[in-house]
Amino acid sequence: MTSKKSENSTKQKKDAILNDLRGFGGELYEQMEKGKFPWVEMPSRSTENIYYSPDVRQYILGEKSVKRTARNIRHIKPFTQMVWAGFFASELVKNRKTSTLRDVYYSAQAYEMTFKDQPESNNILTDLETATGFAREDFNVFPEERSALFGDLTIEYTVPGYEGKQLNMTSHPDGVMIGPSVVSSEFAKAGCDKVIAIEKGGLFTRFIEERVHEKFNALLVLTAGQAPRATRHFLNRLNKELELPVYIFTDGDPWGMHIAMVIISGSANAAHLRDLTTPDAKWGGVYATDIIDYKLPTDPLTDVDIKRLHELEKDPRYTGDLWKREIKTFLKIKKKAEQEAFSRYGLTYIVDEYLPAKLEEMAAD
Amino acid sequence: MTFQEISAADFFYRNRDIAGFTNPSRAIFVSVREIVENSLDSADQMNVPPEVYIRLSEENGITTTTDSGNGVYRLMVMDNGSGIAARHIPAAFGQVLFGSNYKLKQARGTFGLGGKMAILYGQITTHKPVLIRSSTGGSKVYEFKLMIDIQRNRPLILDRKTRRNKENWRGTIVEFSLEGDYYRAMSKILEYLKQTALVTPYADIKFVDPKGRLYMFNRATTKMPPPPTETLAHPYGVDVETLQRLIRVTNCRNLLHFMREHFHRVGQGTSLSFLDFAGFIRTPDPKRLNPEAVTQLVETANKSKKFRKFFGKVNEEEIKPLLKKTKTPNMIEFLKSVYPNVERTIILRLLASAGFVRSKNPKKLKPSEIVRLVRMMKQFTDFLPPDASCLSPLGEDLLKTGILKELKPEFIAVCQRKPSTYAGHPFIVETAIAYGGDIPKKDDIVVYRFANKIPLLYDEASDVSVRVIRSINWRRYKVAPGMPLAIMVHLCSTKVPYKTVGKEFIADRPEVKIEILNGIREVARRLQTFLAKREHVAKEKKRLTVFAKYLPKIARFATDLAGKTETPNIELLLKSVRKYDEQEV
Repeated sequence: MTSKKSENSTKQKKDAILNDLRGFGGELYEQMEKGKFPWVEMPSRSTENIYYSPDVRQYILGEKSVKRTARNIRHIKPFTQMVWAGFFASELVKNRKTSTLRDVYYSAQAYEMTFKDQPESNNILTDLETATGFAREDFNVFPEERSALFGDLTIEYTVPGYEGKQLNMTSHPDGVMIGPSVVSSEFAKAGCDKVIAIEKGGLFTRFIEERVHEKFNALLVLTAGQAPRATRHFLNRLNKELELPVYIFTDGDPWGMHIAMVIISGSANAAHLRDLTTPDAKWGGVYATDIIDYKLPTDPLTDVDIKRLHELEKDPRYTGDLWKREIKTFLKIKKKAEQEAFSRYGLTYIVDEYLPAKLEEMAAD
Repeated sequence: MTFQEISAADFFYRNRDIAGFTNPSRAIFVSVREIVENSLDSADQMNVPPEVYIRLSEENGITTTTDSGNGVYRLMVMDNGSGIAARHIPAAFGQVLFGSNYKLKQARGTFGLGGKMAILYGQITTHKPVLIRSSTGGSKVYEFKLMIDIQRNRPLILDRKTRRNKENWRGTIVEFSLEGDYYRAMSKILEYLKQTALVTPYADIKFVDPKGRLYMFNRATTKMPPPPTETLAHPYGVDVETLQRLIRVTNCRNLLHFMREHFHRVGQGTSLSFLDFAGFIRTPDPKRLNPEAVTQLVETANKSKKFRKFFGKVNEEEIKPLLKKTKTPNMIEFLKSVYPNVERTIILRLLASAGFVRSKNPKKLKPSEIVRLVRMMKQFTDFLPPDASCLSPLGEDLLKTGILKELKPEFIAVCQRKPSTYAGHPFIVETAIAYGGDIPKKDDIVVYRFANKIPLLYDEASDVSVRVIRSINWRRYKVAPGMPLAIMVHLCSTKVPYKTVGKEFIADRPEVKIEILNGIREVARRLQTFLAKREHVAKEKKRLTVFAKYLPKIARFATDLAGKTETPNIELLLKSVRKYDEQEV
């Protein structure tokens, strides 16, 4: 059992963010003071400027940059929106309030800053992320929550009204939702020694019922499909701050495979951000080879599935032997299987047989 | 079977539809219009700014309903025009087609019968006399009570009075009763008066309607267009009937003189060329020329510098043997054979100067010759085009004044085309285009049509102007549907090509059509410039609004972000994006 107060940076990070935003505003202020039209320069997010970096093990932005200036009639509106977003973010962080993307869209109207639609306001927030290098979650802007965790981890809240309060993540049998208060918490104590991320809610509940957290001393994280950015960042922290290995279990199809990959190597959309990836995390299955080895009940791959597999073949993130082997196998057997497929051998088979075998295999890796 | 001759009054009594008296509402509209037009014409002729007072009241002050369900009205129109000499009053108001004038000039009335038709119509529907009071500004005012004897087309004088003209009044008052439907005609009458005010901005028009409501159309200027001068008929515009009338009244003894005397822009040269072309000229047989005549011809040729230039020195002794030998039938052909390089017109002039040219006495022309003469007039191509001095266009300034006064537009362009002719009738087209102000926003452009300063209100779709406007691709001129646009087309002519007796719409004459088209294009081009500028300014304004909206916000948010208290001054930045002066935007 390890017990250590992590050196989480929640407080530090908050200061860094506020500093950065102040600098951003200060720069614009100075430009205007000098009688110049304010402008910002930031990396271009256009597709031809997104590269996969084997060193960083994620997508990064290239050298190209764009200059956005208030002198340009086409730029001035998005420019103003971005400055407002910065202002709004600093208010959120200062006042320790959280908000959602939807909220941002409506809050803008209070400042007579109209956004045409939700995508436009989302895009402006991405601009702010690019310009400052911080994720919107750092600005306390969160998406709707759907992922959860369960296991022997004690966190200490930093949100207003709960400061210093601690909670063990086994306190609720349904798991604890990974919301703003969990994400911004400090890690107080961790009894677990690994993290198991699970794609589907059904399996997450089964694992809790079968006491996987105790049997394998694991922290269970439900990604609920493609993991939200907050969850990906949370996994990154578990891996970095608590040095817990992360194992990912998904459906046995190209989509499940990619859920694992995004946790490991991130997405092109987030090329401007860091700390959202967990490069050392491992995908545990369901592999195409598992389908053969365990003789799982299957569905045939659809045309869309096959097309997706061919895309993944060309994807620079899929360079490892494991990935290449599994893609090839999928294409060979032309079959896929869900995690629940193990139930054909009884409800507990997956916990009793499959999981220990897999964990052993990965730990040995 | 019996054949019966009917009088002109009778003819119109039986065919009143063709003069526009089709139904009670139309009849009252046409009556007001005809009398008002006579008044305006009368003042125009005196070159005084017209003052016209119109009163339409219900008979005896109470609503009278006839069997047909219409009201009986009393119409009174007073003007400050020339007035009519007492001896002419009965015929002027009581005899249809009185006053045959062989000279032409532009006037509102065309057939000289509109006013009389209105009076006739009043008499038919109410059987009441017309009351005329008039003075030419002399010491007396004459008052006549008249009816028209329809079958004999003669005025019946019921009563006449003479009064002293204490106030030195000059003008005419016409007052008569008629049946009609004012309430259905009301909008047309008001529209007519409004458009009349537009095209006659120097006139004061007051109208009191049966409800006692006073409509005033005040003049915006006292400047009047120059009055038209009378002109002779142009050969191209003459028909057999007109020619016969001219022959009846002429004192000329030969056609050469007759052509010069009675036709517009026909002089000695044109007269000779035309009659020669038409075959109405005779010259002597060269073989039968007596010696004195030869001497006279040679002397005429040698005396004039002009002839010497063409013929050189003519030697009598050289000519004589040629005259004997020649086979040519007449002197024109003879001279042509001797001087092949001299133009025929010069030869004709020489012969005329020497007194060798004979032409018929017009009074002795046979009917077939009259017909041939008219036909030849149309075929001869060397007549000079009619000049426009007989026309009285409004002019660009007055047209502008009228439109500004009645429509108060934001933009206006006017254009007066150069005089042109169709079938021997001179005409001038004036066009204008106006944008904004009181002009309603409609999908179609509002069209105001005028002919000789008369607004044309009916049958718009058949009118040449409307057809021309429809044929134009307005998008080329940046015109979009729903714009508040009005187009004015004014056609001035000694003979407006109406399609019907009721002055409602203008026929498709190619010469007229092309002038209207070019006139509208001209003003449309200027409208385009205006609209383009406006569009540009609007764009610029919008651009500025964008900067003015966002820059202060950037300043405010940046100040807050930076943790400063005072917002930076962005006035200079805003000023730098302004391309125009404040007033222009």
